[in-house]
Amino acid sequence: MWRYTLKRLLSLIISLAVASLVIFAVIEVAPGDPASFMLGISAQPETLAALRTELGLDVPKVQRYLTWVTGMLTGDFGTSYTYRIPVADMVAQRLWVSLPLALYALTLSTLIAFPAGIYAAARRGRPGDMGVMGATQLGVAIPNFWFAMMLVLLFAIKLRWFSAGGFAGWDEGPFAAMRSLTLPAIALALPQAAILARVMRSALLDVLGEDFMRTARAKGLTARQALWRHGLRNAMIPVLTIIGLQFSFLLAGGIIIEQVFYLPGLGRLIFQSISARDLIVVESVTMLLVFAVIFVNFCVDLAYAAVDPRLRART
Amino acid sequence: MSRTLIFGALLAGIFITAALVSFVWTPFDPAVLDIPARLQPPNGTHLLGTDHFGRDIASLIMVGARTSIAVALLAVGIGMSLGIPLGLWAAARRGSLVDEVIMRGNDLVFAFPSLVIAILITAVFGAGAVNAIIAIGIFNIPVFARITRGAALSLWERDFILAARVSGKSGLRISVEHILPNITNLLIVQTTIQFSLGILAEAALSYVGLGAQPPTPSWGRMLADAQTMVSIAPHMALMPGFAIILTVLGLNLMGDGLRDLLDPRLRVTRT
Amino acid sequence: MSLLSVQNLDLSIHSYGILKSVSFDVAAGEIVAITGESGSGKSMTALAVMQLLPAGAQCSGRIMLDGSNLTALPEPQLCALRGNDIGMVFQEPMTALNPVKTIGAQVAETIRIHTRTSKAEARDRAAETLARVGLPQDRFPLSRYPHELSGGQRQRVVIAMAIARHPRLLIADEPTTALDVTTQAQILALLTRLAREDGMGLMMITHDLAVVADMADRIIVMRQGEIVEQGETKALLHNMKHPYTRMLFAASSHRVTLPQTDPGPPLLEVNGVSRDYRTPRKTLLGKPGVFRAVDDVSFTLARGERLGLVGESGCGKSTLTRALLGLEQVQSGSITLDGEPVFTGNRPNLAVRRRMQVVFQDPFGSFNPRHRVARQICEPFHLLEHPPTGTARQKAIDEALTAVGLSPTDAQKYIHEFSGGQRQRIAIARALIIRPELIVFDEAVSALDVSVRAQILDLLAELCAAYSLSYLFISHDLSVVRTVTDRVLVMQAGRIVEQGETEAIFTAPEHPYTKSLIAAAPVLPDLDLPDPKGLTA
Repeated sequence: MWRYTLKRLLSLIISLAVASLVIFAVIEVAPGDPASFMLGISAQPETLAALRTELGLDVPKVQRYLTWVTGMLTGDFGTSYTYRIPVADMVAQRLWVSLPLALYALTLSTLIAFPAGIYAAARRGRPGDMGVMGATQLGVAIPNFWFAMMLVLLFAIKLRWFSAGGFAGWDEGPFAAMRSLTLPAIALALPQAAILARVMRSALLDVLGEDFMRTARAKGLTARQALWRHGLRNAMIPVLTIIGLQFSFLLAGGIIIEQVFYLPGLGRLIFQSISARDLIVVESVTMLLVFAVIFVNFCVDLAYAAVDPRLRART
Repeated sequence: MSRTLIFGALLAGIFITAALVSFVWTPFDPAVLDIPARLQPPNGTHLLGTDHFGRDIASLIMVGARTSIAVALLAVGIGMSLGIPLGLWAAARRGSLVDEVIMRGNDLVFAFPSLVIAILITAVFGAGAVNAIIAIGIFNIPVFARITRGAALSLWERDFILAARVSGKSGLRISVEHILPNITNLLIVQTTIQFSLGILAEAALSYVGLGAQPPTPSWGRMLADAQTMVSIAPHMALMPGFAIILTVLGLNLMGDGLRDLLDPRLRVTRT
Repeated sequence: MSLLSVQNLDLSIHSYGILKSVSFDVAAGEIVAITGESGSGKSMTALAVMQLLPAGAQCSGRIMLDGSNLTALPEPQLCALRGNDIGMVFQEPMTALNPVKTIGAQVAETIRIHTRTSKAEARDRAAETLARVGLPQDRFPLSRYPHELSGGQRQRVVIAMAIARHPRLLIADEPTTALDVTTQAQILALLTRLAREDGMGLMMITHDLAVVADMADRIIVMRQGEIVEQGETKALLHNMKHPYTRMLFAASSHRVTLPQTDPGPPLLEVNGVSRDYRTPRKTLLGKPGVFRAVDDVSFTLARGERLGLVGESGCGKSTLTRALLGLEQVQSGSITLDGEPVFTGNRPNLAVRRRMQVVFQDPFGSFNPRHRVARQICEPFHLLEHPPTGTARQKAIDEALTAVGLSPTDAQKYIHEFSGGQRQRIAIARALIIRPELIVFDEAVSALDVSVRAQILDLLAELCAAYSLSYLFISHDLSVVRTVTDRVLVMQAGRIVEQGETEAIFTAPEHPYTKSLIAAAPVLPDLDLPDPKGLTA
């Protein structure tokens, strides 16, 4: 188990290192010098040079990469070109919106998908199964941002149960904050729940065809007991994979949903930074998102081992 | 042929036909602004209503279908043309350094959500349909590489491949002659599904302004325009939304129907 | 009164008839074997008794267990019966156990669902049961997972699960088919002992008449969903009434006569060959371990010689085969055909390859389902510098198909149009088409029913006469190797432990491993039956 964890950890570090290189390289080839962009075309060469020095743009690329990476390790994400405040502060503030949103949506998605998938698998081919499958087919086809607009139309404009957008802030108490995240979380979660329910169903159906399920029935377990005691845990492996992947979709999807609900999250930060050519912010936020994805996949790998003893034994 | 397949193909076919017809005919010229006729709900003249500039939404949807379908098609094309050879190569050299590098590369791309790739590309090269194609295309590469490799690996264990190796055939030749024809079904089904995901991704990118730029109409941009109007003219949001949903639904049903027709045991990825 | 009485059992799946009017009895303490070839319905009979039939199955007739009719019982009562009154053991020990639960938990589960027992008590009972099937706690604690056990050990766990509640009837469906011959003997002995000790009725499903003859009190022979003959073992074997039973018996111990040849000069020479595989490192940065699959193997195959290679799974025979065919490189030693190395540098030597061909085990996996037969069997032409084209190619195809007893018109068909035996003929045609000097038969008859196997063995003998073949015949089945080879190699744990004239080795084995192999192989009693005519028709 320790060797497995250590090996996954090593692979996590390598992935992060390569990802950071890729992001840095992509941003580096960006045409246009942030300094000249900030000062406009009529800027004096001396002021330009001074700003470049101030932003740290005049040192060699390798050194800049190393500064950036080591900075991030110590929590120093650099200074925003436009706002002249530490990127870390900006990000931290926004993270308190985006991360809870993604987790909220992931929880909702799982809570909807598990029962739906198990129900459909247990009633394979019967009306209940067809109903769930039809609904998921529709759920997969609906764009989450459109769904978000419809939620706003119905629950905010027509019924006035929720506000149409904006974020109450955590200072108002967790309830108010969660309330303003509820519609966005539902919009994010439903299409993902549809996918997860389908995966859950087909994973369970696969397991139901396994020999050991027949053995379980031969012991005298009822079909339902066999499904719960022997089927579910074996079906968790593909399901965990999808949950891990979904986290990255929820983070990315969150960027869009934040636009619909005017939420001050990482998504809005990244779009503002792109239009202001505040590349250091883009760079750091992207890295943060990628870090989140890689880290979640690391956690999924550990969860595999918890579920499947064969993995614990292997390398 | 199952009913699912026919129904799906019909749904998707309607929008593909609409896109093709729009080259020669649309009910109204989608480029002409008609401010007095703005924000009309669906009626006899404008079947799906008009937008905030008085443009005919039905015509916009027809022209927008071109953008959505073209972007999705090209993006999936990029994914297939790079992903399938990479997957075949990795499987032919399974366990080697090449395999390891390809698979790790795949994992790395998977670590960047498609939108983040789009954001990076836009940040560097600016927004536009071409960059949207590249962004969605890059994301499709590992999908095809992974599924190709997975299916090819199990084939490489089969005796008929061993027999071909005993007959002195090279890895490349076996991949083309034996592996590829035996995974076509799987690839066809996966392509339909990726195509539908491409339509969704294009809509999302256009919606946040990273896709097709004005004046090119696209479904995602129509929804972005509709957002501020949603309380007074909900049809502006409903109509393009339905277009997206029906196209994607049609393609997905087609994929499921094709899978049932070709081989119900195929393992496709849907995320 | 008998324990189990099946009366006029009819079974159809989606209105496709599977079983027709099957009737038989199993008494307490009696071992009844149901035997037959694939498609005979023997496994379905077992599942019908368990009432664990696939969806869409309709059964009529009566299955009486101690006076109650199982076909009429509601599902909750059947659940109470399964595992408690009837236990079942399956064919595939590798997949019959839940991979994510410990063996202790899985055995204890049988006890806990049928009795009100505390967890601790169920564990104690599970431990006792496991000890009873030969898995004592000091070596096989309850906390073991299935993947930590060998195939035979896993089958013992499955048996423990089935007998934990001392059922009155135990059903074993091909319990040893997936196991090696020495393990098979142990498992059969275990099942017999348990049946005798507990006075259990044992219903044993097997395709292997030799297994049946050794242990069963009574035999039931099935064909295409019907019982063709049943009776007390000795009586039935000595007085077979039905022609199918006689055919089955004759085919099971089918012998062929190979044409006499004088071995020529050495053709294949294997000298000190070793092949290592790396095993995962023990520590993160430590050296990876090494597993020696083939260990210093040397032998010669003379031109015109028919050499056998026997050994159990994992003995290295597959690795050796792949090395001989030039599919994998070896770390040390040399393999030469007529003096030329199979590998030159890091590439397989084409000049050698075109003189060797192979026939694999699986008649279904050996062909590309998308190509026609003509294209499949012409594949070895790729090895030739100037492959025949046009009429020459056509002639070669016709000849090869005719040689293996098929028709030239079969060339235009797809592989799914053929049965398993026909496919194996096509595989042989593919191997013959470039007239190789050496053919490797890799378990080439192991997946076939006995009657088909007998036909393929006859074909082999005919081909030996027509083409003066040299071949290496690899198999785990001793009786087959005995009849189609001149000389035999016995392989164990990567080494060749004994080699010599086939008959000499089989009658007077020297190495203890060879002795144990031969002793463990179930054999049919020698009844000295006349070989019925029309067997190979």
